[in-house]
Amino acid sequence: MKLFKLRGGIHPAGRKELSAERAIRILPLPKRLFVPLQQHIGAPATPVVQVGDHVLKGQLIAASQGVVSAPVHAPTSGVIVALGEYPAPHPSGLTIPTITLDSDGCDRWIETVILNDPFELSSEEVSTRVGAAGIVGLGGATFPAAVKLSLSRKTGVHTLIMNGGECEPYLTCDDRIMRERAEQIVEGIQLIAYAVGARQVLIGIEDNKPEAIAAMRAAASGSAVQVVEIPSMYPMGSEKQLIQVLTGKEIPATGRPADIGILVHNVGTAFAVSEAIRYGKPLVSRLVTVSGGAIKEPCNLEVLIGTPAEELIEFAGGYAQAPARLVLGGPMMGQQITNPAVPVVKGTSGVLALTADEIGQAEASPCIRCSTCVRACPVGLLPLEMAAHIRVADLSGAVKLGLKDCISCGSCSYVCPAHIPLVHYFNYAKGDLAAQERGKLKQEATKKLADERIARMQRIGREREEAALRRKAAREAKEKAALAKTTLAPNEKAAPATEEVV
Amino acid sequence: MTQIAHSPHAHVPLTINKVMRLVMIALTPATLFGFWLYGWPSINLWAVSLLAALLGEAMVVRWQQRAVRPVLMDGSGLLTAWLLAVSLPPWAPWWIAVLGSLFAVIISKQLFGGLGQNVFNPAMAARVMLLISFPVEMTTWIAPAPFGSVHAPSWLESLAVTFSGVHVDGMASASLLGHVKTEFTRGIGLDQALSGYYAPLDALWGNRAGSLGETAALFLLAGGLFLIYKRIITWHAPVAMLLGVTIPALIFSAVNPGHYAGPVYHLLSGGLMLGAFFIVTDPVTSPNTVTGQFIFGLGCGLLTWIIRTWGGYPEGVAFAVMLMNAATPIIDHYVKPRIYGRDRKGVALPIAAPISPIAPIGKES
Repeated sequence: MKLFKLRGGIHPAGRKELSAERAIRILPLPKRLFVPLQQHIGAPATPVVQVGDHVLKGQLIAASQGVVSAPVHAPTSGVIVALGEYPAPHPSGLTIPTITLDSDGCDRWIETVILNDPFELSSEEVSTRVGAAGIVGLGGATFPAAVKLSLSRKTGVHTLIMNGGECEPYLTCDDRIMRERAEQIVEGIQLIAYAVGARQVLIGIEDNKPEAIAAMRAAASGSAVQVVEIPSMYPMGSEKQLIQVLTGKEIPATGRPADIGILVHNVGTAFAVSEAIRYGKPLVSRLVTVSGGAIKEPCNLEVLIGTPAEELIEFAGGYAQAPARLVLGGPMMGQQITNPAVPVVKGTSGVLALTADEIGQAEASPCIRCSTCVRACPVGLLPLEMAAHIRVADLSGAVKLGLKDCISCGSCSYVCPAHIPLVHYFNYAKGDLAAQERGKLKQEATKKLADERIARMQRIGREREEAALRRKAAREAKEKAALAKTTLAPNEKAAPATEEVV
Repeated sequence: MTQIAHSPHAHVPLTINKVMRLVMIALTPATLFGFWLYGWPSINLWAVSLLAALLGEAMVVRWQQRAVRPVLMDGSGLLTAWLLAVSLPPWAPWWIAVLGSLFAVIISKQLFGGLGQNVFNPAMAARVMLLISFPVEMTTWIAPAPFGSVHAPSWLESLAVTFSGVHVDGMASASLLGHVKTEFTRGIGLDQALSGYYAPLDALWGNRAGSLGETAALFLLAGGLFLIYKRIITWHAPVAMLLGVTIPALIFSAVNPGHYAGPVYHLLSGGLMLGAFFIVTDPVTSPNTVTGQFIFGLGCGLLTWIIRTWGGYPEGVAFAVMLMNAATPIIDHYVKPRIYGRDRKGVALPIAAPISPIAPIGKES
């Protein structure tokens, strides 16, 4: 198949050899699980259980709220011991609403219904069930999968692209799941394609995963699903870049993939869809790569959602040396954590313990305008110029240069010989812009409310006046009538007096 | 582990210091060849240049009450002085080197705001200042006198050359470009001017009168290729600069070979090779995009050829580079990469009409 050229990109050391040959193992049942209510983009879920409730594995414990949200299910059977706050898997280390579950050791499932032919379901029903199973984008974006499915069905999608790129260094969980569970992934892919009515299905897999390509080709043979070998490059696994390399098309800057008739999902998500639709199992676990130079035995683990990261590290033999940094996700876009007790969530693809050598970070020095960042940027931005504007708080200047088009892939920061934290500048600026926009919205809302209040007060005042006038008129009419009555009767008698007056 | 860092948690193993070191490594063969060709005085001159730059920069940074060590350690001042030194006449007196180096690192660089902020290439700015201010010293060339040859001065003699301004009458020679320019003013045609003066093979090798490190075209080319291989520079600006000289030279020499020299003469003369691989590739003073860099290089080449051909000075690389340095912001303003999902003007690509309705999988399109 003809591939298309991409702009920029980098070739960081893959370091996938650390864990690529380690078959998936299941992490032993943890004693206590910490399941955050917000593990996805959108509104957090609301708890539907009470402290002290006994729940079964896969039972709904927090329901989805609003259009963009996802429900949360019990990762194992046990007792709810707390509905409270727990440190989030986030660099801030702040707490978020979390359900704490003590395992009863039985790991007993709710009753699940196995479908022999999941394609009997209507396409709407498939996406409804995907939503009910709490499935979100497992590549790391964690956008609720069902929302993407229904949106794509509405706008119409001709091509489904499955993301098997896994371009982040170290991570091998997608590689392993494609090698070991290819058939179920293909079934999940077909279900997704069926749910959105896609006519063409492409699976893009980087050429550094030949075993995964072979396994997926074997599983997809005889179906309309086409496995495409794509060059290894970062950020090949980014939605925009994957679409471009496979189809030559670009998503318009203000649009979504559905606008050009394309839907992109991760291969891990496809596996979860198959689990949910055919076996009736909601998303309660995921694959996580535990790796990094400071990990004794890097491995790929199937982990229950809510398992503290430190248990994964312990299972991987602990530290070979003191890590310089703990990271959730891949090294390019993952987030540093300072508390190893934070839980694995739906979007956690890796737990990395990195050494200072691997990170290779030095003090930032002045920009020499070498423009390596310009050549590395897959979007076509001028990172050095944008950073210069943000440094002097000229956000609108940075926006004019395309700040909002930045995908935060970190390629620029990676290549910068001056070690300037470029993508940090951009994310800071994006955050500031978002805050400004929120502030503006708030201001507008306040103004609207104030205007409405003024209008309301005026209306009430007017109504009062009118009512007063009406009352006055009524009173006067009444008085007149009364007067007329009182005067009318004696009138006959007092007629001469009246005449006198007149 | 308490310091929280933003992603990425991986970096290319490169620092500014390493970039500067690689450029210096690339410059080493041509410099060593220059040392061999012009003997001890050239080594003195080079050492004086570097020392003056280090001291001058340290002094200024101290005055600015900034930390001296990191500024000196980045290696940019040393590289600037090195580039200036190799563009000087090899037997120039010591104060030329000192003045040039101080001008380069203090006026051209630190006064503009330090590393990354200067508008003009410091080495070329210093060279132009020296050429305008001290035309005699800056155009006194010597014939090559390699180590071991009869005319090669001893180390003690070299001290006299560099530090006491001892005359070098017996050794004086003209550079090729200077010679041709002088002959033209005497009404002598190109053929005659070149005869006995111009041997392309010697020029290729660098065995001619010229600046300290500018003559060895082959060594400079090798250094440039090394930098391209190491991805410190890209081919765009160097190739464009060579084209900028070659194309007009080809056309004009074809039309009037008696007056206009051909491309080989231009490519192997003066500071073109040094300029193409080590000066127009200076990241600070050249455009951001590879297209911009190509335009920049082309302009440098073209202006060099124009100045050499019709200008008052025999050589034009330094002037051309400074003129194009001034044009860099405007090139950057007009030449920008196209942003993904947008057209060249930055307008979002149109969102197409909705896709045709559902057709289930299996029905191949």
